[in-house]
Amino acid sequence: MSDEGAAPRAIDRDHALLLLRQMIRIRRFEEKSAELYSDGKIRGFLHLYIGQEAVAAGAMQALRPEDAVVATYREHGHALVRGVSAGAIMAELYGKVEGCSRGRGGSMHLFDAATRFYGGNAIVGGGLPLAVGLALADKIQGHPRLTACFFGEGAVAEGEFHESMNLAALWQLPVLFCCENNLYAMGTALARSESETDLCLKASSFEMPAWPVDGMDVIACETATRRAAESVRTGGGPHFVEFRTYRYRAHSMFDPELYRDKAEVEEWKERDPIPAFAARAKQDGLLQDEDAAAIEDEVGVEIAKSVEFAEAGTWEPVEDLTRFAYSERPAGR
Amino acid sequence: MTTPAPVKTTYREAVRAAIREALQRDERVFLMGEDVGRYGGCFAVSKGLLAEFGAARIRDTPLSESAFVGAGIGAALGGARPIVEIMTVNFSLLALDQIVNNAAAILYMSGGQFSIPLVIRMTTGAGRQLAAQHSHSLEGWYAHIPGIKVLAPATLEDARGMLWPALEDPDPVLIFEHGSLYNMAGELAADAGAVDISRAAVRRPGTDVSLITYGGTLGKTLAAAEELGADGINAEVIDLRTLRPLDTETIIGSVSKTHRAVIVDEGWRSGSVSAEITARIVENAFYDLDAPVARVCSAEVPMPYAKHLEDAALPQVPAIVAGARRLVSGHE
Amino acid sequence: MSEFRMPSLGADMEAGTVVEWRVHPGDRVKRGDIVALVETEKGLIEIEIFQDGEIESLVMPEGEKVAVGTVLAMISGEAAPPPAAKVEPAPKVAPKAPPVPHRTESTGRARVSPLARKRAQELGVDLARVVGSGEGGAIAAADVERAAGQAPPTAPAPAVGPPPGTATDRQAAMRKAIAAAMARSKREIPHYYLGTHVDMSKAMAWLTAENLRRPVTERLLYSALAIKAVALAVHEVPETNGFWVDGAFQPGAGVHVGVAISLRQGGLVAPAIHDVDEMPLNDLMRSMLALVQRARSGVLRSSEVSDATITVTNLGERGVETVFGIIYPPQVALVGFGTLVEQPWAADGMIGTRPVIAASLSGDHRASDGHRGARFLAAIDRLLQEPEKL
Repeated sequence: MSDEGAAPRAIDRDHALLLLRQMIRIRRFEEKSAELYSDGKIRGFLHLYIGQEAVAAGAMQALRPEDAVVATYREHGHALVRGVSAGAIMAELYGKVEGCSRGRGGSMHLFDAATRFYGGNAIVGGGLPLAVGLALADKIQGHPRLTACFFGEGAVAEGEFHESMNLAALWQLPVLFCCENNLYAMGTALARSESETDLCLKASSFEMPAWPVDGMDVIACETATRRAAESVRTGGGPHFVEFRTYRYRAHSMFDPELYRDKAEVEEWKERDPIPAFAARAKQDGLLQDEDAAAIEDEVGVEIAKSVEFAEAGTWEPVEDLTRFAYSERPAGR
Repeated sequence: MTTPAPVKTTYREAVRAAIREALQRDERVFLMGEDVGRYGGCFAVSKGLLAEFGAARIRDTPLSESAFVGAGIGAALGGARPIVEIMTVNFSLLALDQIVNNAAAILYMSGGQFSIPLVIRMTTGAGRQLAAQHSHSLEGWYAHIPGIKVLAPATLEDARGMLWPALEDPDPVLIFEHGSLYNMAGELAADAGAVDISRAAVRRPGTDVSLITYGGTLGKTLAAAEELGADGINAEVIDLRTLRPLDTETIIGSVSKTHRAVIVDEGWRSGSVSAEITARIVENAFYDLDAPVARVCSAEVPMPYAKHLEDAALPQVPAIVAGARRLVSGHE
Repeated sequence: MSEFRMPSLGADMEAGTVVEWRVHPGDRVKRGDIVALVETEKGLIEIEIFQDGEIESLVMPEGEKVAVGTVLAMISGEAAPPPAAKVEPAPKVAPKAPPVPHRTESTGRARVSPLARKRAQELGVDLARVVGSGEGGAIAAADVERAAGQAPPTAPAPAVGPPPGTATDRQAAMRKAIAAAMARSKREIPHYYLGTHVDMSKAMAWLTAENLRRPVTERLLYSALAIKAVALAVHEVPETNGFWVDGAFQPGAGVHVGVAISLRQGGLVAPAIHDVDEMPLNDLMRSMLALVQRARSGVLRSSEVSDATITVTNLGERGVETVFGIIYPPQVALVGFGTLVEQPWAADGMIGTRPVIAASLSGDHRASDGHRGARFLAAIDRLLQEPEKL
């Protein structure tokens, strides 16, 4: 069921600008987060998405506003592209009450009801059952929407992956399992943790359509996700897409990367999705040099504003510490 | 209009009636768990429901506690009102991550954005020689976690009446049904329905000592109170009904009156519900105590299979009676 | 010119060592360039610079372990890095108040810790005389020891007093406790004294007639009338009934009259009869007799020992005419009755003799004054003129 060679959908200039902008937004946001973390403004854990931008930027194009998104702790990029404002995310990283989770979650727990963004889950594999449940509710209630579940290849080792894949396939639930295979689960290479490293093979053992995608090619990511989403929406049951990608930074900020070769990182850097796409789009006559520069300027302003917003934010009053351990109003009908 | 006569029923039938009512009243409600459909429920609670409501609403799941509990959480997030049945509390350990890290925490972590109106029912307790892995009473562990609520129905009224308010609650509610209670028979008002789920109940008023318990040990505690009564010791019996939140007011009200407390808890004493209640009594009624707080709990062993050993490990009537006597008269 | 500092790479990173500088003074750097290799507990990490500029100087030599935030190098650059110095502190977490306790309303039960009761028994201290220093007036062991005139032992203290043991020892301990309590009372309570003479002719006449109708075992003594009168008089002047605690008057939850009882072996206790104002005389008489018996055999209940809200002392049988007693803290009044004496009495323009009792009030001037005290005594007098209503 591999679809790697499928011709990408023809895109126009506007779409090219959109894709480039989204990837640059993610890149610069993550770089700024790294800087602020080193400065002590952001605390706890910080997991950067640098290198993987094409996946979030491309895959999100296949989702509609009414769909649901479940992601992992490396989810800043997904949240940004999904529509959570940079300011709300940055404020959350700072721990301010103006953050998207009131400062309660931090980097690993971005939640946003308006965009049906269900985290931000810190337990590897922990979000998959949630995605299955969201899709179950949609199927039971007849909502024609899907749930996209982003997770890393490390989750494949967890029992919850197998249980969730099985349940979704058994009940034919509208889940789009998006596995971002960046080859390392923290410090453990895939080959050292899985007897069978062909993830699509594992997925198809659940009788689920599955195919791999070049995760450094934003067009390929978008094309593959659109195809899968279309099939899910039209009663094709759950689908599995493996995005083959790479993170250029360490697992988290405090990681000396003893587990991988610098040479390997450099190799993957040559396939950096952002310059790769910019060059290709220019070649195809869709973008000019000035476009990237203009985008950089605008993104720079957007990021700077988000930092200002976070800096100016306020701390949740300590008196409110126990609020939201339990609901303050009955759950909506 | 004459009130209809009370109905003869069992705890099992009362739970089934509660589930039926919920399914009938609210189309968002569905039951999900292992063997709840075609098998009719491991304890026959859901017998007949599949035929009545169909497979979309009575869903048999694979043996995947983590996935189907997590799916229950996700479904609640997505607007449904699932009743997840985990066959027993023993298997719930496989779903602990979903319960503790998701169900209990998502509302708080998201800054109040996502309530999870989920009900999880589990069978609990020992006494049928099912040995160490099938005999846990872990209600106390769950009562430790902020973000969820924990109920222990011990009577027919509560078995019938706690489910609906639990479903109406916007937060995750865990209902523990002690395995020994399913066959309990008695009479229930024909129009029995929803009950309060926030307060303990005084099952037997008394003046000399407060016997505090919940769930499967209520019967033994009431029997102990009768025996004590014959000896001139007038015991008050409190059925906690809710373990999180604990109804501290009722507990303290009782102990301030009787000045003595015995807590009966099928969990192990160490770090248990009985320990929590003891702490609350000391914090709030210290000057009203005329004797130390006593506890009757399971022996600190994994539950043995042999009957005489299991009997010795569990709280029994003689131990409750002896514990109370010791507090009242200084000797047994 | 700006400072490049040792970055924080993790919540648990406290320090790092520059193992190798990757740049030299004069090098131009841009944002994202690796400038040094730093050793941490987890291993070697390359650190980057977040601004464009030129390395002016390398402040930190290789090989030195320094704390996060320490200046490592000076950079001259076009763009100054964001102000890193001012890290806005998160609001101090106020110590969380313990959950509001579900304290039951005062049941009139004394708040005495188990240890305090034990000490009180050992030292022969009357808990009624002890003022608690704990929450809500709770009495702790130290309070008992203080009342007994003993400091809480810090070292093996021979001066603690004879260990509880023989009756003489206990008696000596009790005397010591009484001595301490009385001394404290005089020290702390501003006493005022009022006295009056009460014509008891009506009372005695009624008593005689009443007792004729009763079997011997149920006969009333005039002290019962007196005590009942005191209890009822309290309703007219409530500030005689209660406690002075923490600088304020706390009215008693009921009228629990302490009855001073002398013990055969010496010493005095003043256990309480509860709710005397609501007690019929028969019950009061029975209670008094039982109380005396229990007091003298040393088996008083803790509630009797500690609950008195006002005390009555009757030295009449001793032949003393008037008594001005010392208030038992934390109470605020003591009523004394002297011997019943036939005295000349002027009434209706004639002179005769009447049986008369001297009634006195020792009052705590913080809770009441002479004016109120006088009203109190007048009420007692008036009540004793209608003995059938007691």
